[in-house]
Amino acid sequence: MTLEIAYFAWVRERMGVADETVDVPANVTHVGALIAWLAARDARGQVAFAEPQRIRAAIDGVMMGLDAPLTGAREVALFPPVTGG
Amino acid sequence: MIRVAVQPAAIDIATELDLHDAGGHGASASFIGRVRGDGDLTELFLDHHPAMTAAGLADLAHAAADRWQLSALTLIHRVGAMVPGETIVFVLTSSPHRAEALAACEFLIDRLKTDVMLWKRETFADGRVRWVEPREGDGTRADRWNA
Repeated sequence: MTLEIAYFAWVRERMGVADETVDVPANVTHVGALIAWLAARDARGQVAFAEPQRIRAAIDGVMMGLDAPLTGAREVALFPPVTGG
Repeated sequence: MIRVAVQPAAIDIATELDLHDAGGHGASASFIGRVRGDGDLTELFLDHHPAMTAAGLADLAHAAADRWQLSALTLIHRVGAMVPGETIVFVLTSSPHRAEALAACEFLIDRLKTDVMLWKRETFADGRVRWVEPREGDGTRADRWNA
């Protein structure tokens, strides 16, 4: 499955890119599994996703839990908890 | 009238007041959030999502308009780099009744701290850079509006 992944805040800084297109293996079926796969893929991912409980996600513009399925997803955004205002 | 914007340009309060008040309102309540210079902070950078940040602000604005009787609502959030004293966020709510304007204003500022895709990064005079962590109190204040 091909996915666009966009990173924000310190996740983006640690990944070194704002977004990328990735081919994820078939066994990566939900957001949590995608995060685990990115963490295992390389050193940048290991640093960015060392604490998965600090990561939030959105699929195609909609906030989702880490257990959300990736079926039909085009863009997955990964980011820390928000701190606006 | 609902006006929502996410912008890298400085927030011009006088212009926003003019736009908002064009129709005249009984009661207006406002909140202005500014960059604090605590601890020799030299820059505050606000990261955002190009589509979701604006959509999140618009959702909040419509939630407020559904909940309270408002005649106008302005919600402007700055993004990008700014220095101490600059305005980060401007909330302005108007209603025939002051209680509605005040409650809507407080709701908007509480909820945008937890619901909108924005992230603060602080840079200090000695070169330290850190991303702001969410405060526990932010969630508590935002949650009180769920009832």
